[in-house]
Amino acid sequence: MRKVFFQTLEQYAKGNRDIFLLVADLGVKFFQNFKKIDPQRFINVGVAESNMVDIAAGLAMSGKNVFCYSITPFLISKTVEQIKIDLCYNNLNVKLLGAGSGFIYGAEGVTHHAIEDIGLLRSLPNMTIVAPGDNKEAEALAKASIDYQGPLFIRFGRDINPVVHAKDLQFKIGKGIIVEQGSNVCLMATGTMLYPVKVAMEILKEQGVHPTLISLHTIKPLDVDLIKECAGNYKNIFTIEEHNIIGGLGSAVAEVLAEIGYQGAFLRLGLADKFSSELGIGGPDYLLDKAGLTPQKIAETILEEIKK
Amino acid sequence: MEDKEKLRGISKEIRQEILEMIYRTKSPHIGCSFSMVELLVTLYFKILSVNSANPADPQRDRFLLSKGHGCPTLYAVLAKKGLIEKSLLENFAKDGGILEQHPSYNPKLGVEITSGSLGHGLSIGAGMALAGKYDKAPWRVFVFLGDGELNEGTCWEAIMFSKQHNLDNLIAIVDHNKLQAMAKSSEIINLEPLKQKWETFGWSVKEVDGHNLEEILTALAKIPFEAGKPSCLIAHTIKGKGVSFMENEPCWHDKFPGQEEYQKAKEELK
Repeated sequence: MRKVFFQTLEQYAKGNRDIFLLVADLGVKFFQNFKKIDPQRFINVGVAESNMVDIAAGLAMSGKNVFCYSITPFLISKTVEQIKIDLCYNNLNVKLLGAGSGFIYGAEGVTHHAIEDIGLLRSLPNMTIVAPGDNKEAEALAKASIDYQGPLFIRFGRDINPVVHAKDLQFKIGKGIIVEQGSNVCLMATGTMLYPVKVAMEILKEQGVHPTLISLHTIKPLDVDLIKECAGNYKNIFTIEEHNIIGGLGSAVAEVLAEIGYQGAFLRLGLADKFSSELGIGGPDYLLDKAGLTPQKIAETILEEIKK
Repeated sequence: MEDKEKLRGISKEIRQEILEMIYRTKSPHIGCSFSMVELLVTLYFKILSVNSANPADPQRDRFLLSKGHGCPTLYAVLAKKGLIEKSLLENFAKDGGILEQHPSYNPKLGVEITSGSLGHGLSIGAGMALAGKYDKAPWRVFVFLGDGELNEGTCWEAIMFSKQHNLDNLIAIVDHNKLQAMAKSSEIINLEPLKQKWETFGWSVKEVDGHNLEEILTALAKIPFEAGKPSCLIAHTIKGKGVSFMENEPCWHDKFPGQEEYQKAKEELK
């Protein structure tokens, strides 16, 4: 997904001399082309993420359209105050591109996992948070991000290239996408969980359950109208995310459902307020399995829940 | 002389062990691990006061690996020193294992801090050194930093703090291999003149060839380097040291060797 995003960004950067890309000494293989377009607009600031965010702020205050890249734990958790004051409060056009969100860095351990980033940023006014779920979403998001006004966090996950959306997308930041229409049960997934949930749908269908699948790529601003509509149509609503269930997509949806007095059953799937190390040590597949976030485990949880 | 031969032999074993751990698990950071070997071997076998029977002994010297991505070297040295079971290395970075590719705080396993996100170790070390001073404790705090890590502003905050509090029980060791993840340090953030920077901030500084056992031993023979000042050892090292085709090649920051490269490396490390 990152590759598709950066290829699209490069196309725009060729014709738009305001686009700058800053990196904090990571992602060497992704940026060779961008560097060739204009080495003056590609800057490796070094291992200095807080510095990078504020350099981006200064560039944006001087009319530049700035993209910052690192892995999500370093890009977000390390720099929250710079993001709060200098990007959000000043409402600047800076895009934060976070790779390896969730616990995709597997055995690299907790320092390299990001399970809190959505929660941290969701509480900051002016911030927009989008997690693309497949290559089509990533490409459309790259295009939409160019002229987007205000700070935008783009949450990339595992660098696989799943295909979820069969046809051309109607993509708009802030608007959820109905991937597949079913009945009774609604699954709302974001980012890296969209594809595993799509696979889980097939397992559920074999069991006679035909849910609706919604891609909530934008976690903030949330597509409140769509969630309200779902609340009226489904007996069971599930959110699925590779993030702590506190503060992420599940929390955001729960806030809407609680306020409108949703009478159905609601469950958040994600990491249940623990560090990923509590699941054990291992690769991403191992951790996802322990977290109950593989297609099989997601399907099992849903089947169990809807029987209640 | 005898000491140096022994340390040289251990260093060789450690490099062989690192190669196996990394090849087996397709792990990153072999170059960054190789640059640290002689320094860690000298520290653990000649300088640090540690207790293999009780790694968490309250009287131990603290060794903080702030450049956490170099942990294969730390783990291999801890195992060789008998502070952890050698069997733990077999399960390094494996599903259900104990040791990750960046260390998690566990003094019982000789791991003093969680690291992997750069720029934390020196501040934590300053806190420990401050506590040690307050308690008039005999133990010392050694913080092992990467040179790229010195891009992080927190390092310089800790450097200023440590002099302010005259933490002469704190020793920073900089693995100055002059390469970082994406390129040469000089092309990203030029650190030079590094020695003068630390000195201007009030530290007592020595420079050594970080692969020369005699120079390391001599430099660390007396700590602190000067009474009342924190000490900094700038060790000039070679990223990928020991394997010709890895030396000074930036790609070995996170690349792992394929089968052919593994065989070649194994041959060179014999």
